[in-house]
Amino acid sequence: MNVLIDKFDVFAGGFWLTLQICLLAAIGALILGAIVAVLRISPVPPLRAVGTTYVNVFRNLPLTVVMFFAAFGLPALGSNADFLRIPVIDSLFTRLGTDLPYFRFALIALVLYTAAFVCEALRSGVNAVPAGQAEAARSLGLTFGQNLRYVVLPQSWQASVVPLGSVIIAMIKNSALAGFFGVVGDLSATADQLTGAEGYAFIPVAIGISVGYLIMTVPLGTLLDRIEKRQAVAR
Amino acid sequence: MSQQTSVLYDVPGPRQRRVTLISSVIAGLALLVGAYFLIYRPLDEKGQFSMELWGPLIDPSNENFTLVWERIGIGFKNTLIAAALAIVASLVVGTLLALLRIQLKSLTSRKFTGFATPLSYLLRGLSRLLSAITRVCVEVFRGLPVVITIFFVARGFPEFGVTFDNLWYLVIGLTIYNSVVIGEILRSGMEGLPGGQAEAASAIGLSPFQSTRMILLPQAFRIMLPALISQLVVVLKDTSLGFIISYEETLNIGKQIIGALENPIQVYVVIAVLFIAVNYSLSKLAQYVQRRLARGRKTANTPAQAPPPAALMSQAEGAGGV
Repeated sequence: MNVLIDKFDVFAGGFWLTLQICLLAAIGALILGAIVAVLRISPVPPLRAVGTTYVNVFRNLPLTVVMFFAAFGLPALGSNADFLRIPVIDSLFTRLGTDLPYFRFALIALVLYTAAFVCEALRSGVNAVPAGQAEAARSLGLTFGQNLRYVVLPQSWQASVVPLGSVIIAMIKNSALAGFFGVVGDLSATADQLTGAEGYAFIPVAIGISVGYLIMTVPLGTLLDRIEKRQAVAR
Repeated sequence: MSQQTSVLYDVPGPRQRRVTLISSVIAGLALLVGAYFLIYRPLDEKGQFSMELWGPLIDPSNENFTLVWERIGIGFKNTLIAAALAIVASLVVGTLLALLRIQLKSLTSRKFTGFATPLSYLLRGLSRLLSAITRVCVEVFRGLPVVITIFFVARGFPEFGVTFDNLWYLVIGLTIYNSVVIGEILRSGMEGLPGGQAEAASAIGLSPFQSTRMILLPQAFRIMLPALISQLVVVLKDTSLGFIISYEETLNIGKQIIGALENPIQVYVVIAVLFIAVNYSLSKLAQYVQRRLARGRKTANTPAQAPPPAALMSQAEGAGGV
């Protein structure tokens, strides 16, 4: 058990790095997913096709393949994702500025992958709004954009909170993969490092790492359960 | 569903036609640019003809053609083996887990009738403890990333002197996660069944075991069938995590081929297409089954069965594996 105390800073550092990836990826995935969702419900067929293709491709690919594309394909195409180094964010999230671009590659892969699921969660919320609402809005003469903004999206929000939450939980868990693609020092990389190269006993390290992930996922899951129960009562 | 929402906003008119045209052109251009980056850009720098790098994949006369496809075939076979083993194992373990949790729940909530002996208090206390333990286990394994579970299995088992083939580490890791998920889906399916089913079964003289086996489980499995097929997609995707424990599945083989042929992206494109094709047909199958079940429920003269709680469904579907 000594490793938990001796290497507490390593565990904490890994936790903080995982949290950074998750925060940035969640923000990115929510934005991209919202855009894809609007594409998928738009009245313009080609845009709808683009949205549908995007979702089908990324939902059916393993994240592992997407990460490989990002981590080995992007350098082959001559990019090291420098466009993600936005000055303010760069100074907040230390790893964006480091010389190893794997953090940014992992971020890109996570955002691309999660956005497909975010889109589906948002769309399920939109589908939960009774069709008559949108029809009524249309008959009042609202345009597509106004219809979305004033009538459909505010109502769909309630129905999409719980699915969105489970998408975010899944994303936190998926971020563990980043550690095996050269993101130095996140929780899973820490596990690999401590049990492999540094030869610490397995069980304490496993406990430390598990606690790190459970701190992020379990409270969020409990919160979602509570929201869902409250919604069920409200209806 | 998508049809329904999008048709709602459909107002054909000159403006929409214009937007359609412009967006088609933009989408087409984007596709072209994407194809350019994927296919030609890496070759430009080396100044080679495109067949040079695509050859092993599409040109049968190429010396590496048979080798590459043979290896990809082996990799895909390994992926299917791991997925099949994991799904069968998690079905068995998940069913047992669901039955255990239901049994424990009924034990802990039972009121004592008549004279309560110390033994019955002890039994109730024990079942409460066991119930709490299974609950914690479910929460922990559902909250941990599958990668980490597989990694822990592969690192932990040898530490205690138990060594297997890499395949079994992968299968055990996947089973631990998926049996919990499947168990929860099944449990909610069984608890969603109308209470009359079990009562009717006991009224015609079936023992609890018989009624579970012949009446309750088949119905619960029917409810969870679409979720189960979606879970199969998740397991297929998750097998690609085998690369971290160097199990020779599709992606890992692809990595090796790339190392041998020195072309980074093309093999991944092939593997991606392979995964998308299989998983897309599986998810279509899930949708078809769901529609069929919904139709059966409407025509059959039975009360509508409650679907599993949304959280579980969305956890299984929303999670989408790795």
